[in-house]
Amino acid sequence: MSDLPILDIVIFAPLVGAVILGFVPKDRLDTLRLVALAVSLVVFVLSIGILVQFDANAAGFQLGSSAEWIPEWGVGYTTGIDGVSLWMIMLTTFLMPLCVLASWSITRRAKVYFVFLLALETAMIGVFSALDMFLFYLFWEGSLVPMYFLIGIWGYGRRIYAAMKFFLFTLVGSLLMLVGIVYLYFAVGGDPTFDYRELLGTELSLDVQRLLFLAFFASFAVKVPLVPLHTWLPDAHTEAPTAGSVMLAAVLLKMGAYGLIRFGIPLFPDAARELAPIVIVLAVVGIVYGALVAAMQRDLKRLIAYSSVAHLGFVVLGMFVGSLQGMSGGILQMVSHGLSTGALFMLIGALYDRRHTRLIADFGGLAKSMPVFSGIFLFVALSSIGLPGLNGFVGEFLILLGTFFTYRWWVIPAAFGIVLAAVYLLWAYQRVFHGDVTDEANRSIPDLNPRELAMLAPILALIVVIGVYPKPFLDRINPAAQRVVDSFNSSVEPDSATTAGGDRVP
Amino acid sequence: MIDLAQEFVRPQVELGGIAPEIALTLTALLVLVVHAFVGDRGGNVYVPLMTTAGFGVALFFCVAVWGDSDLQLGRMIALDGFSTFIKVVLSVFGVLTVWLARDYLTREGIEESEFYALVLFAVAGMMLMASAADLIVIFLALETFSLALYVLVGYRRRSLEGQEASMKYFLLGAFSSAFFLLGIALAYGATGTTNLYAAPNDPSSVGIFSFLSSSPTDEVGLMVLAAGFLIVGLGFKVAAVPFHMWTPDAYQGAPSPVTGFMAAGSKLAGFAAVIRLLESALIQLRWDWRPLVIGIAVLTMLIGSIVAVVQEDLKRMLAYSSIAHAGFVFTGIIAANDRGVSGALFYLATYGLTVLGAFAIVSVISGRGEQRSRLVDHKGLFFENPLLAGALTLFLLSLAGVPITSGFVGKLVVFGAAIEAGYEWVVVIGVLASAIAAFFYLRVMVVMYMQEPDEGREPLRPGPLALGVIGLTAAATLVFGILWAPLIDLAERATFYF
Repeated sequence: MSDLPILDIVIFAPLVGAVILGFVPKDRLDTLRLVALAVSLVVFVLSIGILVQFDANAAGFQLGSSAEWIPEWGVGYTTGIDGVSLWMIMLTTFLMPLCVLASWSITRRAKVYFVFLLALETAMIGVFSALDMFLFYLFWEGSLVPMYFLIGIWGYGRRIYAAMKFFLFTLVGSLLMLVGIVYLYFAVGGDPTFDYRELLGTELSLDVQRLLFLAFFASFAVKVPLVPLHTWLPDAHTEAPTAGSVMLAAVLLKMGAYGLIRFGIPLFPDAARELAPIVIVLAVVGIVYGALVAAMQRDLKRLIAYSSVAHLGFVVLGMFVGSLQGMSGGILQMVSHGLSTGALFMLIGALYDRRHTRLIADFGGLAKSMPVFSGIFLFVALSSIGLPGLNGFVGEFLILLGTFFTYRWWVIPAAFGIVLAAVYLLWAYQRVFHGDVTDEANRSIPDLNPRELAMLAPILALIVVIGVYPKPFLDRINPAAQRVVDSFNSSVEPDSATTAGGDRVP
Repeated sequence: MIDLAQEFVRPQVELGGIAPEIALTLTALLVLVVHAFVGDRGGNVYVPLMTTAGFGVALFFCVAVWGDSDLQLGRMIALDGFSTFIKVVLSVFGVLTVWLARDYLTREGIEESEFYALVLFAVAGMMLMASAADLIVIFLALETFSLALYVLVGYRRRSLEGQEASMKYFLLGAFSSAFFLLGIALAYGATGTTNLYAAPNDPSSVGIFSFLSSSPTDEVGLMVLAAGFLIVGLGFKVAAVPFHMWTPDAYQGAPSPVTGFMAAGSKLAGFAAVIRLLESALIQLRWDWRPLVIGIAVLTMLIGSIVAVVQEDLKRMLAYSSIAHAGFVFTGIIAANDRGVSGALFYLATYGLTVLGAFAIVSVISGRGEQRSRLVDHKGLFFENPLLAGALTLFLLSLAGVPITSGFVGKLVVFGAAIEAGYEWVVVIGVLASAIAAFFYLRVMVVMYMQEPDEGREPLRPGPLALGVIGLTAAATLVFGILWAPLIDLAERATFYF
């Protein structure tokens, strides 16, 4: 069984599914939905195979495969995962069936929609698995095109503007990264190669490192997004269809953070360490600014979009403080944010399907007509705020703990960000669900139906599991996080086992 | 008294280097004569068939001398890997143009054998451009294909746009020829020869290359000036800024297959001469011509991309995009190393195939009289004709340089070469220009995918040949985007000049 290239199967299974979907007649809506659901479920089941085979104690990259592609240019098809990629892949495959369930309201051109959604899944899993810079770039850009179409064709009001902005912002960043990749390719000396593991040991002067780090950072910071490069995010998140918003928030943003962990820091550790103070300032500004702007939003989806800016600020903060707690917490927070924000977008999508509005002012007193819905919303909101016992708390707590070791004073504004999160989410909750029913249309809204409950229940379960017992997650994250932290704290090769930044996280 | 018998050296007549050109010229004459005698019979199928056969023979002659290296016809013709590569690619461009034009011309009801003959003459001229090893021959080749193109651009005689395009192209083309001639005169004044290379076995013969290698640098000032004029003259042909003014009008007014042919073939031929001059004959002067070429490259990339953003007509937009692409090719040339040249050649070959495909789709969609080439005419195309829209999307993504298309690999290799040569800042400008360029390619996709189709539009009926061209070019765009090593390898072997 272990001979089976399970990772590569998981990468390309969605694409095969998309091709199969291509043969379904386009007017058979139910068949299309079921095939898409079946494909995404099969991919999820296959990815459990990855989880089972993943060895938490093994060093380096696992389950990968390597094949020559264009040997003359040192381009290879090289894949492999560590603890960071593992959870990102699991998050993707876990959320995809739920996204298909959340797409029942898509009736127009559903076939193409599901084809794009599945193609997107292949690109996203590919990004988290590629160990060849060329391959990574292919998947990275490959995720752009399906998402562009998902927003542009099936989005809401200003969908075209949002899709265009999303594409161009990301493209400028990734093109600069491409220049960096090519520069690195020539800088290595000897036989040029795009193989990440060989590039890791490259000795670069600080000046070169700084430029290359900035080139990569441009791409990742747009994707994360860090203030002030975040302006595409509220538009894209708000105008995208529900599944698009979920995938954007849960996975695509994480690609940026993942890029920093996988490439930005280990490849250019000296530059990363030198520029860390600037990045930390940007991250903390993002936390506070995102939260403040979120509180002022009138549109629920936009509110959640800005909350993502704040949450991802935490993730980046954790990565650059140079302690294991911060790094591990950041990675866990990536998963947690994917679950919580994904669920919030699904809930808002369900609400929009019923009322065709997302404006907070249009609601009020929904708790009376939709008790189950409002209960679940509160639960997810609390997880997003970081209530102890739910998933959001673990990651943010670790990040603040990690920050305390190295950048003590920055904990204060960051922790203030959590308070603000409570402000904007609970205030919004109060206006939407409590009080009197102001609009007669809200009096008779049907509550969640079984399909919607089925798509939310798995997320709710995981929110509790991570909140109560994060050990299995952290056990797999820690070795990978330790390596990145080591390379950040010293210029030595990331594989050497120097410990830095405190004790192991429980 | 001068002993004439001793002075007069009989030139050795070797035709291997120009056999493809001869084959094409003879085919063109044959097409005209046969059509005059046979007349319109059976829908004239035999004319495109003969033309295709002519290209086949030319291709055979190209492949037959593969790997040879020789100076022929009194050092006027260079037979080398470089010229062979370009001629093979030009033959492919020619065949695709003819097939596409066949469907187009029958639809428009303007099919005549002259069209095919002119395409043959044009390709013959372009091929000569690739193997010319003498400034006079370069000029001859330039005029040969330019004259054919002036007529082809105005081939839609009843279209005012076509006439305007032809006239503009002709006037500015003649203007650029004058610059080029001036450059030749100055080069002759500087070096005393118009030959690019000296004869390998005759130490007394002089070529521009050997002159520059053996002269101290302070004596070649006039040659630098000459190089400037030569670049200006060729800059017109490859549509580089600031010599690009004719491009949008000519591209828009010309019949779509001709536009595609110009974008692919004329650019390749122009760059063939640019590369042979700069990278081979004038390589010693690279520190002198580099600033000029960098300036042209930067301006061309930026202005081509920026002005394309506001275009409302697909043909015109593709014209500006072709200007921008000339700039990207120049980035490879700036590097002045083998990787840059092979990258530029790869770029030109794959760009040509992609742009031919794009114009094939334009010619299908725009319909009779090319009435519908505006952006708004493509509304909802994906939902009416997913295959055509999908192919156009592929071409546009390739032009934008998105991975797994040949356009991405092309940009990767030319940018890579420039980075290797230490011109990162030019590359950064290049990628910013590509990001700007992506905007207008996306605009087309917005229209095709995100807007509803107009009611009551007549369904498209693409001819089988046009579909074949679209299919082939789309396949090439994809294949060279995934498995590019073989073509790069060929292009690398083409960096061998005589």
